[in-house]
Amino acid sequence: MTETAEEHGFHKTDANGNKHIIVDPITRIEGHLRIEAVIDSNNKIVDAFSSSTMFRGIETILKGRDPRDCGLMAMRICGVCTGTHYQRSIEAVEDAFNITIPKNARLVRNLIQGSLYVHDHLVHFYHLHALDFVDVVAATKADPAATAAEAAKWAKVAGVAPYTSDPAEFKVIQDRIIKFVKEGRLGIFGNGYWGNPHYKLTPEQNLIGVAHYLKALDIQRDMAKMQAIFGGKNPHPQSIVVGGVTCVQDIQNPARIGLFKQLLQDSTEFIKRAYLPDIYMAGTMYADEATDKDATFKGVGGTGGGILSYMSYGDFRLDDTGFYNSALLFPSGVVLDGDISKAFDLDETKITEDVTHSWYEGTGAPEHPYEGTTIPKYTGLKEGEDGYKYLKTDEKYSWIKSPLYDGKKVEVGPLARMVVGYVKGDERIQKYVGNFLKRANLPITVLFSTVGRTAARAIETELMADVMLEWVDELAKNAASGDLSTWTDFDFDVVSADSKGRALSEAPRGSLGHWVKIKDGKVENYQAVVPSTWNAGPRGPNGEVGAYEGSLIGTKVADPEQPLEIIRTVHSFDPCIACAVHVVDTKGKELAVYKVDPTCAF
Amino acid sequence: MSIDKEESVKKLFTAESAKVDTNKGDAFYDELYIQCQKRIEDLRKLEPLNNRMDFTKSIEEQGLERRDFLKWASATTAMMMLPASFTPLVAEAAVLMNRVPVIWVELQDCAGNSEALLRSDGPQIDEIILDIISLEFHETLQAASGHQAEKQMDEAMEHFHGKYLLFVEGSIPMGMDGQYGTIGAKAETFHEHLLRAASGAAAVVAVGSCATYGGIPAAAPNPTDAVGVMDVIKGKPVINIPACPANPSNMVGVLLHFVLTGTIPELDSLLRPKFAFGYRIHDNCERRAHFDAGEFVEEWGDEGAKNNFCLYKMGCKGPMTFNNCSIIRYNEGVNWPIGVGRGCIGCSEPDFWDKYAYERPMANAHIKAPTGGVEKTVDEFGLGLLTAASIGIGIHAAASAVAGKKAEGGQY
Repeated sequence: MTETAEEHGFHKTDANGNKHIIVDPITRIEGHLRIEAVIDSNNKIVDAFSSSTMFRGIETILKGRDPRDCGLMAMRICGVCTGTHYQRSIEAVEDAFNITIPKNARLVRNLIQGSLYVHDHLVHFYHLHALDFVDVVAATKADPAATAAEAAKWAKVAGVAPYTSDPAEFKVIQDRIIKFVKEGRLGIFGNGYWGNPHYKLTPEQNLIGVAHYLKALDIQRDMAKMQAIFGGKNPHPQSIVVGGVTCVQDIQNPARIGLFKQLLQDSTEFIKRAYLPDIYMAGTMYADEATDKDATFKGVGGTGGGILSYMSYGDFRLDDTGFYNSALLFPSGVVLDGDISKAFDLDETKITEDVTHSWYEGTGAPEHPYEGTTIPKYTGLKEGEDGYKYLKTDEKYSWIKSPLYDGKKVEVGPLARMVVGYVKGDERIQKYVGNFLKRANLPITVLFSTVGRTAARAIETELMADVMLEWVDELAKNAASGDLSTWTDFDFDVVSADSKGRALSEAPRGSLGHWVKIKDGKVENYQAVVPSTWNAGPRGPNGEVGAYEGSLIGTKVADPEQPLEIIRTVHSFDPCIACAVHVVDTKGKELAVYKVDPTCAF
Repeated sequence: MSIDKEESVKKLFTAESAKVDTNKGDAFYDELYIQCQKRIEDLRKLEPLNNRMDFTKSIEEQGLERRDFLKWASATTAMMMLPASFTPLVAEAAVLMNRVPVIWVELQDCAGNSEALLRSDGPQIDEIILDIISLEFHETLQAASGHQAEKQMDEAMEHFHGKYLLFVEGSIPMGMDGQYGTIGAKAETFHEHLLRAASGAAAVVAVGSCATYGGIPAAAPNPTDAVGVMDVIKGKPVINIPACPANPSNMVGVLLHFVLTGTIPELDSLLRPKFAFGYRIHDNCERRAHFDAGEFVEEWGDEGAKNNFCLYKMGCKGPMTFNNCSIIRYNEGVNWPIGVGRGCIGCSEPDFWDKYAYERPMANAHIKAPTGGVEKTVDEFGLGLLTAASIGIGIHAAASAVAGKKAEGGQY
């Protein structure tokens, strides 16, 4: 019995006939994530648990350091959203020091960050998510001429010319895949869920997907170059410092700005002529999953809709009035329980983290990040009779904490940003979301689903590419006017004596906050609450389900042996698990003893 | 810092092992040439592991010229510090790279090195995935999840036993019996996972700062007792490609070297390939002339910054860091940290998070002058080179010795 279960990918069947599935590793994400799901005899997921199985302890490592150095280290929380953590960490210190950066620095940071958004969203859709919609093997059966016609059809829906229109080009790619599939091992495409009935694209549509998967590998290198122009390299850029940026020579050189603009324009072509048409195509083919036929998700949204409460800290400063006074590209706010008639203003004092179901010692109540403690209490997994290990879901079961807003679980990310902006009446967001829905001929509630979450990310990518073009022109104009100022001076001894600051804004994956307390020129406490903590966290203190868990419950799987629907929905959040688990204090190590030698090592 | 540690660091900077010999004489290269020819002949006799198309065909189909390919091969030959006569052999080896399977595992990582691999331009990542190497397991890229993913790895390990290169990204947490990181339905610890994956590997390539020396998780106070691959894997060749992230050109260089020669490249005492880590950043820095002239950036955004002056006084660790980024740069040569006006943080050196990664200069590091074998402090070294520019070096020496400005609050 056990052997059969193992072979089939579920590891035990309980007394009620429910299958318990362990999906570990979840691949095509950043970091280490385990999902356990309980599937009933109708193949419906009746319970789901999200757990992270790795941590490193970067907040602890930051304690005692010079606050000016935190950015470089905090950035290493993640190698994907790396520039975001960098910028947030620097901004938290700038907030503590009460520094307003010059215009050039703001624009450069926006461009570095914007490059990351378009890069990250593109890589996410094609390389981390598309294989949940696109059946690579089925693409071998496509007719290249019909494929070109199909591509033209979806480009027309998007109101553009198709990115790839030549049947011969599709033929070349198809031949490449046919050899790959027919003659040899499949490499990274090996052992996928190919042929699963929940792959709904036609062979031609699959071939379009594969062709753009390969092309996007190319385009993303250009997008990374954009970040490197002002950031020095990608991943892990290096030009942001407390007070501003260092890349003055790249600002004063029109050729550098010109190169940035050229790369942005090339990227925008792909976004508008391949990415968006592909989203219209996938959205239409999977549209029935985006409506809530069974009213599982409170009558709005569809498969993967989840908890229907959304939060955005807001991001991208549009003027130089400084922290928390500037106009923002993405507004901050909260939309609760799928009610799109009103948005609430964000109150940052309502942000807390709970550890009831996380492998940490609790103080009895959820804590605000300024006061956050992280004392590990690892209680492990439970070994089953079948030799597999199961999460102790009634107790603690993840290294990720459980963040709450006003005691509630909320979802963060591109969907949350689009929903909050839309409900708040932001003109730009209403225009981009409205245009998409009109062309797709769908109501806004379809966005509350796995497919909709993926669409919201694409809508945001187009918006971002367009607005970056405005910013790069603004930077060129400002530099040409003779303003080469990139840094604001400050007296470190005075400002670092005793202060605290925070940076609340957005990463591509959602709301990201860094909180820092500084004493005598050193970091006294450091906490980061990251997007994937909000989305991937375990149950709250009263059993509140998080976004991953909530979006899986109620989903019907075609074949429990191939949990395609689970990875599709989890992927739609763009998980970044190393980000989510960066916290740890350790027993057995006296942190007080540790000091960074200011003369550094010698 | 203890005397012992200071001595060991000094030793590192002056170590013979770090010295790269760019010309080993005709006899050496003649012998190597024959070895490579034989290796290529042997590989030719093998079927491609997966019957994939070869590299040349792939680039032709993508409309690239053979000439462009040879240009790439020529640049890569130079990067690997081989004579130009090896270019055709390197090109041949590239064509045969699909004979070498790769398994890539991620431990305590941030995926930064996987992301860096995605930025590879020579060869490009789609060629790497589809045509060039046989990438059998890579969590960030592969389609299969869960038990299907575990099966994928088990099969690849069995099928290619003794032949595959194991690339490792991320450090290994040794604290709490390794339970700070687990993978798979049986919750195998990262330590166990690594030992199992390495058991059938021809060689293990540690990619990035975490896999090589523990990286950020191992920074003080090292909460999870993280270590690098070489601290765990014994009795098998380990190649370190440090940096945060490792440069994808160096990943390809190591792979290509293995294909070309059937052996691992010559390594320094820290197991880094000498072709990539045989020089200091400082030796080939585009701002080097300003160092020699005593022209420094004194604070962010000042006139020195606008004129691309040397970043040493803003904390650049280029003089004590061995890496080839000043030669090959990042993201297809678009830029690199010093290019962007922020000094080197020494990310290819052990313990750099505790030793180098800060915004102030090192006043008293003893380093070996690249033009001679004499050990000097950075300031003495600057003086030695600059007999004429007395004003410039006067500023340099004085300011560096006290490590700069008042803002540092008398830390030095």
